[in-house]
Order: sequence, then structure tokens, then C-alpha cells
Amino acid sequence: MLARADSVPPSFVGLAGAELVLDRRGALAWPERGVLAVADLHLEKASAFARRGQMLPPYDSADTLARLEALIARWAPALVIALGDTLHDRWAQERIAPQTRDRLAALQRGRSFIWIAGNHDPEPNALLEGEWAREIRIGPLTFRHEPLPGEVTGEVAGHLHPVARLVQRGHSIRRRCFATDGMRMVLPALGSLTGGLNVRHPAVSGLFGGRYEAHMLGTARTYRIAADACLGD
Amino acid sequence: MAQRGNAPYLPCVSTLAHRRAHALPKLFQDWFATRGWTPRAHQLDLLASARAGRSTLLIAPTGAGKTLAGFLPTLVELSEARSADVRARAKAEKRRLAEAADGKPGLSLASLPLAGRVPPPRQSPLHTLYISPLKALAVDIARNLEAPIAEMGLPIRVETRTGDTPASRRQRQRRDPPDILLTTPEQIALLLASKDADYLFSGLKRVVLDELHALVTSKRGDLLALALARLRAIAPGLQGVGLSATVAEPDDLRRYLVGQHPGEPDAEEALADLVIAKGGAAPDLSMLESLAVMPWASHTALHALPEVYALIAAHKTTLVFVNTRWQAEFLFQELWRMNDLNLPIALHHGSLDVEQRRRVEAAMAAGKLKGVVCTSSLDLGIDWGDVDQVVNIGAPKGSSRLMQRIGRANHRLDEPSKAVLVPANRFEVLECRAALEAVKAGGQDTPPERTGALDVLAQHILGMACAAPFSADALYDEVRSAAPYRALSRADFDASVDFVATGGYALRAYERFAKIRKTKEGLWRVSNPMIAQTYRMNVGTIVEATMLKVRLVSARGASKSGVAGRVRFGGRMLGEVEEYFVETMVPGDTFVFAGEILRYEAMVEDEVYVSRSTATSPRVPAYAGGKFPLSTFLAAGVRALLAAPERWKTLPSQVRDWLNLQRQRSRLPGRFDLLVETFENRGRHYLVAYPFEGRLAHQTLGMLLTRRLERAGLNPLGFVANDYALAVYAVSDMSLAVKQGRLSLDDLFDQDMLGDDLEAWLAESALMKRTFRYCAVIAGLIERRFPGKEKTGRQVTFSTDLIYDVLRRHQSDHILLRAARADAATGLLDVRRLGDMLARIKGRIAHQPLAHVSPLSVPVLLEIGRESVGGDASEALLAEAEEDLVREAMG
Repeated sequence: MLARADSVPPSFVGLAGAELVLDRRGALAWPERGVLAVADLHLEKASAFARRGQMLPPYDSADTLARLEALIARWAPALVIALGDTLHDRWAQERIAPQTRDRLAALQRGRSFIWIAGNHDPEPNALLEGEWAREIRIGPLTFRHEPLPGEVTGEVAGHLHPVARLVQRGHSIRRRCFATDGMRMVLPALGSLTGGLNVRHPAVSGLFGGRYEAHMLGTARTYRIAADACLGD
Repeated sequence: MAQRGNAPYLPCVSTLAHRRAHALPKLFQDWFATRGWTPRAHQLDLLASARAGRSTLLIAPTGAGKTLAGFLPTLVELSEARSADVRARAKAEKRRLAEAADGKPGLSLASLPLAGRVPPPRQSPLHTLYISPLKALAVDIARNLEAPIAEMGLPIRVETRTGDTPASRRQRQRRDPPDILLTTPEQIALLLASKDADYLFSGLKRVVLDELHALVTSKRGDLLALALARLRAIAPGLQGVGLSATVAEPDDLRRYLVGQHPGEPDAEEALADLVIAKGGAAPDLSMLESLAVMPWASHTALHALPEVYALIAAHKTTLVFVNTRWQAEFLFQELWRMNDLNLPIALHHGSLDVEQRRRVEAAMAAGKLKGVVCTSSLDLGIDWGDVDQVVNIGAPKGSSRLMQRIGRANHRLDEPSKAVLVPANRFEVLECRAALEAVKAGGQDTPPERTGALDVLAQHILGMACAAPFSADALYDEVRSAAPYRALSRADFDASVDFVATGGYALRAYERFAKIRKTKEGLWRVSNPMIAQTYRMNVGTIVEATMLKVRLVSARGASKSGVAGRVRFGGRMLGEVEEYFVETMVPGDTFVFAGEILRYEAMVEDEVYVSRSTATSPRVPAYAGGKFPLSTFLAAGVRALLAAPERWKTLPSQVRDWLNLQRQRSRLPGRFDLLVETFENRGRHYLVAYPFEGRLAHQTLGMLLTRRLERAGLNPLGFVANDYALAVYAVSDMSLAVKQGRLSLDDLFDQDMLGDDLEAWLAESALMKRTFRYCAVIAGLIERRFPGKEKTGRQVTFSTDLIYDVLRRHQSDHILLRAARADAATGLLDVRRLGDMLARIKGRIAHQPLAHVSPLSVPVLLEIGRESVGGDASEALLAEAEEDLVREAMG
């Protein structure tokens, strides 16, 4: 019934004049510039909980990296921008498994990485080799962790972990999503154990002056739904 | 005590009682006499067993003086011990006086030199524990015990301990326990996990387990079994006394009451004594023969409601049992609509506010109500007033459940209980007929014995570490002495310990964060005191479906605030609803709750804001089915009835005509085969099967059949299921596919669907995720509360879904996933029953291609449209939602 994951031709969305693809795994690709952006990986989140006695499955980092590997294989970007909160906390490097660390290193070979600082990882960390930045501007787009309040032009951000909820024929469907109004784009979290914030929450809706859309992640593609049609939690 | 009037001396299975009648001390004989009572045989039997140091299971109907029987040995022992104490003290005093007169020093412990004195072992006075599934029951029993204790002047202290007991008294009870403590399984688990446990239970002689038949069917029963094992270890010789309604397999309960010896294969099977109190008069049970036209697929019995109303009017107090909360709400409304006599009729179900329920119970006890519409919330519990009639709306689903409900009417043993069954549709007539016959024959269908759950074991292991460091070998033996865990393998036990310590992951990432660690002496102990505190906050096996409070607000205020909820308007609290019920609603939807039609306004944190609606017909939720699926036993009864037309004369003529029509136009389902019909109707093609295995198993089957038909290229669109049948509808002609050999029904219904297909579906199933969440909370992976702050279930739901996904992808044999699969086998997915059915019908599929709809399929086909589309078709629904919006935008 469902199309194979990558047999669906990419559909482009515009952001301040840039032509972008929203990958259904939860990343933003900018083929024209060879850029791939991902947000909120929260690596080693489970082990951060384990430290406090809640033994969540220690597989989240490997799971998240597998998704990143697939994205890189699909888009072969020259530059990967991680929009902050890549590590769940500053002690992540003490807990990360050696094989996970190796996979992370392997990913970086042959391409550049820019690590945007997030609130969970405000300082450069030895685990993440490459360039660190508060924000970075490429052409019409500015990449940062936390969306700036007020009017922006061409902002790509993370931090909020948006999710959208719909009720269709009596079924409630809740998915991670991109939130955009054509000027600003908030990416979903890529991390396996990261929760979400409803796009109707004032923290999200307040960023967009007027109409905005949720692009909900599906198994083969994303689904474009007007935020007005989404429901609160 | 529930022993009223001058009850006759009833016959009993054992004649022991006659010989042991003198076992009852004079004080007690006199007390019985002043009450005008004669001790009943089973009461004396229990006393005799207790004197012999034996554990006992008492099976007795309501009204047989069951509770007094359970406590009699304790009251007698305590009164004797106390008077022996008094006598011994008096004797010692006399001797001392005599010796003093002789001028010789008294030789007593007190006169020995201090240095050589060993302090006597401190023994707790706690003699008997009474454990009930309901805290209200514990409180009620305490009140009932007061009478005999006061009237005989017994020096016995009785106290209750529940979640409602003030912390100061709970503290005091640990240091200074009463003689008899009445409590719940969770409180026992808490006490056993404390450092005081060894002292507190050191003198324990007896544990009385009330409503044991209800306790053992759940994870609470597993937890209690483990607690019993520990109590037996602390107090060897402990007697277990179980009080139970009639069950299918009494041996399961007898085993539960005593320690098992699985390590010694030659040992005789350990069973408690069995005492059966013979029931009184047979119940006066009938099926309402309504004159109205019998509906095809309704669940409300609306057609028969005027007759039900007349029955209520003609009796003193009637309990009207229904299977779901929604049915209760609906019937309550409809009864009031026709209530020209203004009869006091009330509503009682588990979601109503607790205060409101207490008011109804009090009014009932005071005899002020003519009728109460209720759900299983009144199945168990205390004796509420003079109920003289039980009306059961809809199908009874199980014969044991029905018998227990009948027992709610008239707690006098020697008078028949009166009960009326009111089938809501044609299939339910068959089920009611089968139930009537089952009750007449005394057929029981209580659930089979449980295998102890691994998540509960994990919780218990942590509790035991909190009490004191434990040796794995010793705890393994102790755990296996609990009947539900007697077959537990050492590997599974060790995996459970490993789970408690570090999460039990193949990737050994968390050794340094371990919650329990092995000491140099090889004992497991908790790593820090915080862990014990967290354990205490999370104890118990009851994980509530996330409930949202329903608050009544004014419509205008609510609509202004929208979803943001910055304004709080304190309205009255009406009760609670399950989260999944609200999840599918949008603001403006109307629904019935607490006897009113309400409008959904907004959700603010964990509260649902509603306003009064003027709507006359609410947007009622889809019928969510009974909580309890049709029992295998009754299902077999229905199949047998269908297959024997000569027995149809007891059925109403409408139903008989319907079945005859089926016989002519298609065929009847056989006793042992599976009838599968295929036909076309209005451009859609249907496949209808009649397994009679209950709605849960049918839903799982429907899900799996849909997957398989899709693979076969037959383009299924969805399915619907009820307790008796399921229907899959598709674009392609399935009759033709069978004829051309493109579809083999034997392959379609092959047992191998429980392999890969089931696994693939479980990966996505919301029911499976909910099951996993329960296990994760019970096992302590997810905390249900933090000290000082209760985590709302909403947060828990979300994170466990993510955990489930990650864990399933990386370690699918993890102990919690195994626990969740074990639950799925019997719980929401009923996989085991489906497996049994598939095995039963292998090679026995009777296929009937038809040119038209069959009479028997009409009820299930009518469910289409009433239920939401089957399957986890989220992707298709997302695409549909997107298209809807595009279409709207294009205008």
C-alpha cells in the first residue's frame, strides 16, 4: 500500500526564497547548496536518566545516529548543520559507548560539520569535532538553535521539538513535524527519546504572526497540514 | 457480620463440624445464642482447620456468614490466649505470695542477676491480617467486627490501614501494631519493604484474604502471592484463609494459600483445606421476554426499557447492571425520561466523582432508592441495603460473573435471589439463554490461573532489597513458593534481578549507576536510600488509564480562553474520563456524562472543561464494547445452541425466525467448525467469520486478516468485530478469489499469522504500547510519581511510546517486552484465545459463498460506520486529512 521510502519524489518548499526539501525522517535538505540541517539529537539522553536511577534503554544514541547515517547517505551533503542540543548534557562524552563514538566520527569523514550551540550543550564539546557557532548565515538563511521572537526572514531553528495532532475519522494521530510560515522553519527533534511540544502551544504559535503549517512526518513522505486544522493535546 | 435472621444449620461437605462443635468456647456459644444464631457448619469447619494448624479455602455464597467464618478462629484464639495470659499471671502472683509467706525468695526471671539475662525476643502482637481488594471493604469489616468484640468483651484491638490512613497513625502502627490489621495488598507490600517488617510480622498467625476469586485474576494477585511468600518466611506456620465466591478451579486458589515446593518434585502437592458452604435457595432467574421488536445490533436494550421501568417500580430496590460506563449513562438518562412516577433512580459507575458515589451508596443503604444503574463498580463490596432484584442489561458475558451479580440481590441465604436478564439484541438472546442454562447447571467460567508476571516480580525484588540485603538463592526459593511463580526459571529470576540493578540491557552500559549492588558477602542491597523512597512512591500494580478530570464551566468563559487556558474558572468537578475518550473529541462535541449532556470546551492541563449543552442528542462515542469479552464457556454454549435447532423452542419467536432464515439462506455455524461467508453487497465485498471468541480476540484477528488480504492483493478497506463475529470488507471479490484458487481460506486462517504478522502489527499497535506502559510503570522503569510531585499520566504515555520503539528495535527479547507480550496474550489483544481458536478450527473451515447478505451477518455489518475504521491506517488517514484540507482550500 505504501510507497517505498525514497521512491516518493522530493517536493520542495520555499523559505525566504530558498528551495528546501523536508525529509520525512525529520531533516531539512538544501540540495542547491549541499546542506543538510538536523535539530535536537539529544545524544546520550537515556544514560543521563540512568545516572539518576531511571534505566532507560541505552540504545537511543545508536538509534538516532542510524537515522542521521541514512539521511547523509540519501542527500550526500557537503555540509551538515546540527541546530543545537546535539548532546543531552555536558557529560555525554563520559557515558557514550566507544562504538557509538566511532560511528559519529565515521559520519564526519568527507564532509564539514557545524555544531550550533544549544541550551543543553552551550559550550564546544570534545565529542563533536568541527566548527562550533552560535548561529550561521548562508545565503538567505540563518541557522540557530532557539527561534528569535518577532519577525524574521529565513530562519531555520530547532529547540521546540514541534509535534502536530489530528483527529481523522475518530483516530487521533500525533506526529513530529516541521512548523513553517515561509519565513521561519522550526525543525522536529531527530533524537529517538525526545518528546514534543504541540504546534498549537503558544510557544510555537506565538512565533508565527499569521497562518503557518505543520509538515507531519510519515513513513514515506511528509504531510502538509494547516496549523489551524491541528488540535491541541 | 452478614448473618441475618435465624439462619438454619446448613449441611456442609464435611462432617468434621459435628464432631468439633464443642471446639467453640462457651463465651462464643453464648454469644451466638443471644443473637439467636446457630454457628454454621462451615464456620466450625474453619475453626477446626485452624486448630489443626491448616490453611483453608472457604467457598461460600453471599450471605453465608463468610466473613465471620474467616475471623472466628482468630477471635477464639485471641480470647483464649488472653485469658490464658490472665490465668498464668494470676497463678504466678499466687505462687509469689505463697513463697513470700514461706520466707523463700521467688524464683523468677526478674530476680536473676542482670548480667546473665537475655532479653526475651520481642514479638509483635499482630496476630491476623485481613486483606481485601477494596479499601471500603476493609473499613466496613472493621465496623462489623466491633459488635462481636464489644458484646463478648474481648480484649482485641482492630485497626485499618489504607492509603487514607493518616501518616502519623501508619507510623505508630509499625511500632505498636494492633491484634488484627485490616488492609490492602499495596499496604502489605509497603510494610514488607520496610526495615520493621521482621518485627511487625514476627507473631503473625493468620492471613485472611477476602474476595480471593477477584484478587487472584490480576497482577495484584501476583504481588500479594509474593507478599504471602515473604510473610511465611518471617512467620513460619502462618495460616492462609481464603474467602471466595464459587470458582471453576478451587485447587488454583487452594494452592495460592499455601507455600509450594517446586524444588522437591517428590513432595506432595501443597493445597489448603477446602470448605464449601452449600448455597441456599436456587436463584429465581429469568430472561425478559419483551414484546417489542428485538433490535439487530443495539447494545442499549432501549426497546425493553418500559418493561425494565415497570420491574423497578414493582420492587423495593433494583440494581440495574450494565457492561460499560456509557451504557450506564445512556440508560440512566432514558429511564428518567420515562420516569413519570418520579422514582428515585440513581447512577453509579467508577468514573463518577467519589463523593457522588458515596452519596448514592449511603442513599441505597438507607433504603431511599428504588433503582441504581451501575457498572461492575458494584460487583464487589459491602452489603448495601435491601436489594431485592438484579436486572442485567445486555449479555452477561460470563456465567460466574452473572452468578456473583445475582448474589447482590437479597443477602439472605434461605431466600432465592431474583434476577432478570435483558438481552439488547438477537445474538444476546442466545447468550442469555446459554447463561441461564449455565447458571442452572452451576457452570463456572472464572479465568484460569495466572502465571506470575515478570514486571511484578521486578517490583517485589526491589522491595525486598529495600527491606534488607537479600541472597539471590534464598529469594529465588522464596519466590517459587508462591503459587503463580512456582514454575519460574532461575534464568528469568536472574534476568529480573539484573533488570532491577541496571535495566537488564545486553549493552552493559549502566553498571556504575546500579540501583542494587552485590556486597562482598554476596548479598544484594540498595545503592542509596533515595531508591527505597522512590520504591515506596511507586508501589502497586494498578496503573490507571490516564484519567482527566471533568470540570463544569460556563460556556462563554471557556470559549474565550480557547485551548490556551490562561483563565481558570472554578466550576464543579463532575468526575473523570479516560484520556483516550477525550483524544478523539474536538471542541464543540457533545457527550453524555454524569447524567447530563455536556459540551467539550477545552483541555487545560489534566482537566477537561465542559459546559452544559442544550443539545437533545449527544454525539455519543462509539460503543466501546464490554470490559469483559464473552467467556469461552458461554461461547461454547451459544455454538451448541445454534447447532441444535431442537432446542430453539425456548427462544423468542423473532429470534427463532431469524435462525431459520439463516439455515435456509446460508448455513448454521457448527459446534466445532468455523463458518466463513463471502458475499457482495452494494459494490463492496464481504468476508464474515463467526468464531464466537469475544471482541478482543476478533479485533486482533481482524487486524491480522486485513494484513494478509492486503498481501493477497484483495484490497481490504477495513473490518468490524463484535463478540460473536467479524466482517472484513474489500474492493475485490473474495468469493471469486476462493473459487479461482487465488485465496485459500485454510492459509488465510492458518496459525502462522501469530508469527511474523502478529509481530509486525504489534510494532505499531497502540494497544501494545499501552500494555508496555503498564509493565514499565509496574516494573519501576518509569516512575509514576516523584516525591512531592505527581507526574501526570500524560507525560508517562508519551515517553513510554518512544522507549517501546527504541527497545523493540534494539533488544526485542528484553524482559519488559516479554512481560508486555505475556500480558497481550490474555489482555487487550487476547492472543492466546485467538491461538486456541485457530488450532481448534484447523481443517474445519466451512466456506459458504453467497449471492446476498446472510441473516446472521446483519448484526455485525450494522456495526460498520458506528465503529471507526479498523486497522492502524494512520498513514492513509494523514493523506486523507491533507487532501480534505487541499480540497477545502481550493473551494
